[in-house]
Amino acid sequence: MNTAQAVDEQPGDESKAAETAQYLTFILAGEEYGVDILRVQEIKGWERVTPIPNTPDFVKGVINLRGTIVPIIDLRQRFGLDRIEYGKTTVVIVLKIRHEEQERTMGIVVDAVSEVYDVQAEETRATPDFGGVVDTDSVKGLATVDDKMIILLDIDHLINAGVLEHLDGIGEETADAAS
Amino acid sequence: MSQFHQVFFEESFEGLENMESALLDLNRGEADAETINTIFRAAHSIKGGSGTFGFVEVAGFTHVMETLLDQMRDGRREVTGQAVDLLLASVDVVRELLGAVRDGQTPDQERVASTRSALESLLDGADAVGDNRQMAGDHGGGESMGGWRIRFRPHPHLMQTGNDPVRMFRELAALGELQVEADLSGLPAFEDLSPEEACLGWSLVLRGEVAREQVDEIFEWVEGDCELDIEALDVAPPDGGDKATDGAPDVAVVPRKEAGRAKTGGTETSSIRVGIDKIDALINIVGELVITQSMLGQVGGSDFDSFDQAAFERLRDGLADLERNTRELQEGVMRIRMLPISFSFNRFPRLVHDLSQKLGKQVELRLSGEHTELDKTVLEKIGDPLVHLVRNSMDHGIETPERRHAAGKPETGILHLNAYHQGGNIVIEISDDGAGFNHEKILAKARERGLVGPGEEPGEEDISDLIFQPGFSTADEVSDVSGRGVGMDVVRRNIKDLGGSVEVRSRQGEGTTFTIRLPLTLAILDGQLVQVGDAIYIIPLVSIVESLQIDRRRVSSVAGQADVYKLRDEYIPVINLHDLFDVPRRSGDFAESLLVVVEGSNGRIGLVIDDLLGQQQVVIKSLESNFRPVEGLSGATILGDGTVALIIDVAGLIELGRNRPGSGRLQLLNGDAA
Repeated sequence: MNTAQAVDEQPGDESKAAETAQYLTFILAGEEYGVDILRVQEIKGWERVTPIPNTPDFVKGVINLRGTIVPIIDLRQRFGLDRIEYGKTTVVIVLKIRHEEQERTMGIVVDAVSEVYDVQAEETRATPDFGGVVDTDSVKGLATVDDKMIILLDIDHLINAGVLEHLDGIGEETADAAS
Repeated sequence: MSQFHQVFFEESFEGLENMESALLDLNRGEADAETINTIFRAAHSIKGGSGTFGFVEVAGFTHVMETLLDQMRDGRREVTGQAVDLLLASVDVVRELLGAVRDGQTPDQERVASTRSALESLLDGADAVGDNRQMAGDHGGGESMGGWRIRFRPHPHLMQTGNDPVRMFRELAALGELQVEADLSGLPAFEDLSPEEACLGWSLVLRGEVAREQVDEIFEWVEGDCELDIEALDVAPPDGGDKATDGAPDVAVVPRKEAGRAKTGGTETSSIRVGIDKIDALINIVGELVITQSMLGQVGGSDFDSFDQAAFERLRDGLADLERNTRELQEGVMRIRMLPISFSFNRFPRLVHDLSQKLGKQVELRLSGEHTELDKTVLEKIGDPLVHLVRNSMDHGIETPERRHAAGKPETGILHLNAYHQGGNIVIEISDDGAGFNHEKILAKARERGLVGPGEEPGEEDISDLIFQPGFSTADEVSDVSGRGVGMDVVRRNIKDLGGSVEVRSRQGEGTTFTIRLPLTLAILDGQLVQVGDAIYIIPLVSIVESLQIDRRRVSSVAGQADVYKLRDEYIPVINLHDLFDVPRRSGDFAESLLVVVEGSNGRIGLVIDDLLGQQQVVIKSLESNFRPVEGLSGATILGDGTVALIIDVAGLIELGRNRPGSGRLQLLNGDAA
């Protein structure tokens, strides 16, 4: 399956787009999550990855995306949800992540893509405090579209703090343990 | 209009380089009309170009130079050493002006004005005395009765070159009464502060009878790594009055701060000039590729029924052609990144010229192998270490004419820079016929510092190698060990970072040779594909010592922690890649596994793998750019079938294995044996 669908690659200017922003939503364990559509580079089917040794389980590995080495993260595993077998609807959303002036390309594995929604700024609600259960820093807010709740993700924070720095932390721990 | 700016700047800087080398030729008494013409033409193009783009300052300045050169060209003016020196100084000024225009900075107006007035007074035929005064104010020698005012602003990387401002100030203070005022304007916010970068600037006032040379000597090692203005206290600035001196620090510092930011944060688009012959070669290869493609298309387009032996032969030939074309195309494209090392060597005639005048030494610079090509990235990064080594040789290797005479050597010392290809490497040699190392002194110093144990008697080569020890020679020892070693550890580290090595051979009284070995390119390596479980990894071919079938009787376990393999007379540690990389084992008998002995900069190790696959050249792709560095891996590459294979970093892997004892052990082996 290849649902490759190139979308506008221009990174969005967030302050301007705050009025109405388009979000691509995807399903993860029954919940609908949204990411800024301007950050989505493409959507592709799941394919075999090359695992990277000594990384946590949620880093599935790397793929060759037209000559670039792109890491793939399983969002279910990162969020600590139950693993499921990858099926027909399983897709990889390739995102552009900003990190200290650099742009990185990364893929996230999700259960299925859903819709593209226009979300008005006033429809977004701040994230309630879930306590320690959910890493709310990566959630930009909650929006209601057609009486459905959509969890809007801050992908920069999710990947930078939630994945890369998390990995650094693990790296240090093992180094400490070793020494 | 602005799209032409970059071309203009590139051409102008190139023109300046030509001018510089031609001027240096003039200096050696090889003055001929053609050389002066070359200089004149370069100045003329810069003047014309800058006039077109409205860079008035550059155009105005080069106009004065051009007038002087025009008179020389017509024979109306004698080519004196003084005029050549002034023109060389002018080349520097034009370079600064152009750089300032390009980066939107404010150039050093004082220097521009003083050089310009020196040029003008030379043109006006002003008496030699006036000239000398100007020269002294600008960059000449002499002694100042009152003292010196020094403005010193290190570039951020100054400390990384092994220099320490505090030590320099201490030396200055030894010469006379010193006032130091720090300029904090370049200081970043605390959270942005990098402790390894110099962000302060200083204004120093040194009072007392101090010769210019003494001051220059202190700043000699940082030249090029800082912005430095030295002016005599009793010479009033051209604009006169306190206003200029009061205002100068503010005016000068603000744009510089901006410039610093632009340098670190800005995205510099670098370009490369490629010889037309390389482009033509590429076009030829592409042409052949098109022919091969149409030939293969014909074979593929024929009917299946008519596909016979002859068609099969043609298919095979076509594929062979395709393989050759692809390889040539790859090599051709890589060659675009290759530049002759003369880009780096070209700066040395000027450096040697200036340094030999300053040090009062006679040095002949010999360059050979300038056409040896290497990757642009490597070329850019090797420049600074080379300058460091050349300075070292000039300063401490080659002796003064008197000493050389006393030692029975010709008074003119020889500094030889040589480059050549050897295997997949480029070798750069820097040799001098100077004093060489005093091995006894180095050894004594090393013993004092505990680098060499009391009982050890290292050979000459090992002793020479000591100069690369970090911190081996600090300020106090400069004169003791003839100064070798200032930042030599930095030189070695920089070269190591490029995947190269540096060695030194020295004979006391006969000279010293530094040999630098560098890989030709950082982008491609010859790799051995190995199978580990279901995964394919790539081991750089250069680090493989040998591969062998595992003989179970030769494996022993040390303290139940680490396994060693007896390879002839040697015991080498063994790591099982399955365990270290957590790859499921394919099953099967352990005896079918192979052992690949690899060698990194930090030792030798045996890797247990399932199978050796092919060898091929692989293009290195970074894991870091989209992910993060991974221990034990240097990158990834894309195999013929489009999948990704990871490239093993041998040194990192050895480190990884050492840090995790037991994890890579051959447990299965012990289980098997039981």
